[in-house]
Amino acid sequence: MGKPASTLAKHADALLNWVDERLPVLEFWDAHLAKYYAPKNFNFWYYMGSLALLVLVIQIVTGIFLTMHYKPSAAEAFASVEYIMRDVPWGWLIRYMHSTGASFFFILVYLHMFRSLLYGSHRKPRELLWIFGMLIYLLLMAEAFFGYVLPWGQMSYWGAQVIINLFGAIPKIGEPLTEWIRGDYFISDATLNRFFALHVVAVPIALLGLVVLHIAALHQTGSNNPDGIEIKQNKDEQGVPRDGIPFHPYYTVKDIFGAAMFLLLFAFVIFFWPDAGGLFLEHDNFAPADPLVTPEHIKPVWYFTPFYAILKAVPDKLMGVILMGCSVVVLFFLPWLDRSPVKSIRYKGAWYKILVFAFAIAFIRLGMLGMAEGTPAQTWEMRVWTFVYFAFFVLLFFLSKGGKTKPVPDRVRH
Amino acid sequence: MSSDGVNKERRRFLVAATSVVGAVGAGLAAVPFIKSWTPSAKAQAVGAPVEVDVSKMESGQLLKVQWRGQTIGILRRTPDMLADLPRLDPELRDPDSLDSIQPKYVANESRALRPEFLVVNMHCTHLGCVPQMIPQVGPQPFDENWRGGFYCPCHKSKFDVAGRVYKAVPAPTNLTVPPYSYLDDQTLIIGVNPEDTA
Repeated sequence: MGKPASTLAKHADALLNWVDERLPVLEFWDAHLAKYYAPKNFNFWYYMGSLALLVLVIQIVTGIFLTMHYKPSAAEAFASVEYIMRDVPWGWLIRYMHSTGASFFFILVYLHMFRSLLYGSHRKPRELLWIFGMLIYLLLMAEAFFGYVLPWGQMSYWGAQVIINLFGAIPKIGEPLTEWIRGDYFISDATLNRFFALHVVAVPIALLGLVVLHIAALHQTGSNNPDGIEIKQNKDEQGVPRDGIPFHPYYTVKDIFGAAMFLLLFAFVIFFWPDAGGLFLEHDNFAPADPLVTPEHIKPVWYFTPFYAILKAVPDKLMGVILMGCSVVVLFFLPWLDRSPVKSIRYKGAWYKILVFAFAIAFIRLGMLGMAEGTPAQTWEMRVWTFVYFAFFVLLFFLSKGGKTKPVPDRVRH
Repeated sequence: MSSDGVNKERRRFLVAATSVVGAVGAGLAAVPFIKSWTPSAKAQAVGAPVEVDVSKMESGQLLKVQWRGQTIGILRRTPDMLADLPRLDPELRDPDSLDSIQPKYVANESRALRPEFLVVNMHCTHLGCVPQMIPQVGPQPFDENWRGGFYCPCHKSKFDVAGRVYKAVPAPTNLTVPPYSYLDDQTLIIGVNPEDTA
């Protein structure tokens, strides 16, 4: 047994060397996996990034296959989605993977972002990493919106109507701008066709580019960790961080375990609860688009509802749109709004715990109110939570500088 | 790299000139791509005027027609509705339609050429949903003193039977009125101003 195996190994080595002389494979392997040192105290929150990458791959693969059967025309789109669901072999599974994947993408991204709030992962020196992440989030929102229009159901149509008309609030150029986006005087075939192009070609390419930049920026600074300690400041004689472990095999194995657990949950939703009670696939979208009839209750998919609630809370069109825009844009400035000398919530005082908790509650409540009917009482509640949402950023800026902190240890705890 | 004999002045000029020409070229090359998103010749041709026979409409009836893909509502108003219009003025944001979009010839109290027939673009001036016509006068879930009119289910904007917007709702202006005129006693034409119908 020994001899053939060793010849085989010799040949494999020779092949690897041949390639490596022409392409820096080994160098890449070492730099980003085998000799890339990550803090050894990662916890549950550190699954989200790799899982988001997994979902991105799932979305691309399932998306390619959906494109093979979908027809991007106002006359045929709705029927072609029904065709995928009923007549294409396993088409229902591929489509449910894609639609469920979209919602899970946002669940993971929201948890991934919240992790930054907890441990200060957006703080110096990772500001650019955070900005690339925010750009990914913005593009993801665009991608999700374009994708939601494609089935050409009632919610697709009227959702597009509302979102595109948001641009109409801009003084002077608003109206011509909405006409330019639609390519017609109303949401029509032209609109659907261009959204299809953006959804399947333009945005995914930009997303992939940003993901590469996001990971490149991450590997330049190295990962943060729950203690918010820079492990690169404490290296042994070989120049290896004392609190670091090589990404491969330690974290590759951890991430594979996470992926397996995630896929279990993912499969359960796909098979048993793909519409999530109207959260992932809205009931009104099972009726074909009708430009003459607006559904009784228009709301975006759950991942947009916190911002939608902020829009609804303001009884003025332009101000509502501006405030909604601000609610997203302000996140870009988080690395500079938190001025505390300490990164992690573990070593910040109660003030930060209260702020983050209030912010999380505000975000969730706004999300729930954004999809509600909108009684006057709910409108007032939306205003309260909108205030809390923005107060978080203001208070963070003023409280963080002098806010109480605890001493940060030299080495990570686990 | 040796920099002997390099004319730095000339090099800087060439780099700047190439950059400027390149940027202008890229800018001009972007024009056709940006223009390709504007409504096509086909979409523009479909926006032709629409004729509607209003003689058979009943009092209080709302008729919806499509013009340029927009839902246009024609409401045959009852005398009660018309009499109620001035009473609402204090509750409206723009009762005299000063800040709203409509042709000059309907910038009057009833917002119509003939008070009996209201012709409005039914899309809410907030975000473009189509409001429901709720003619009944009396308490509604969204308004205890409802006087009849249009109610938008999307974001709770309210308009009276002349399409005039109430105060404290998201819609900024009254429902817009499209250009229209009468061909004869019975026929409305949407998309043509009165001076153009001879």
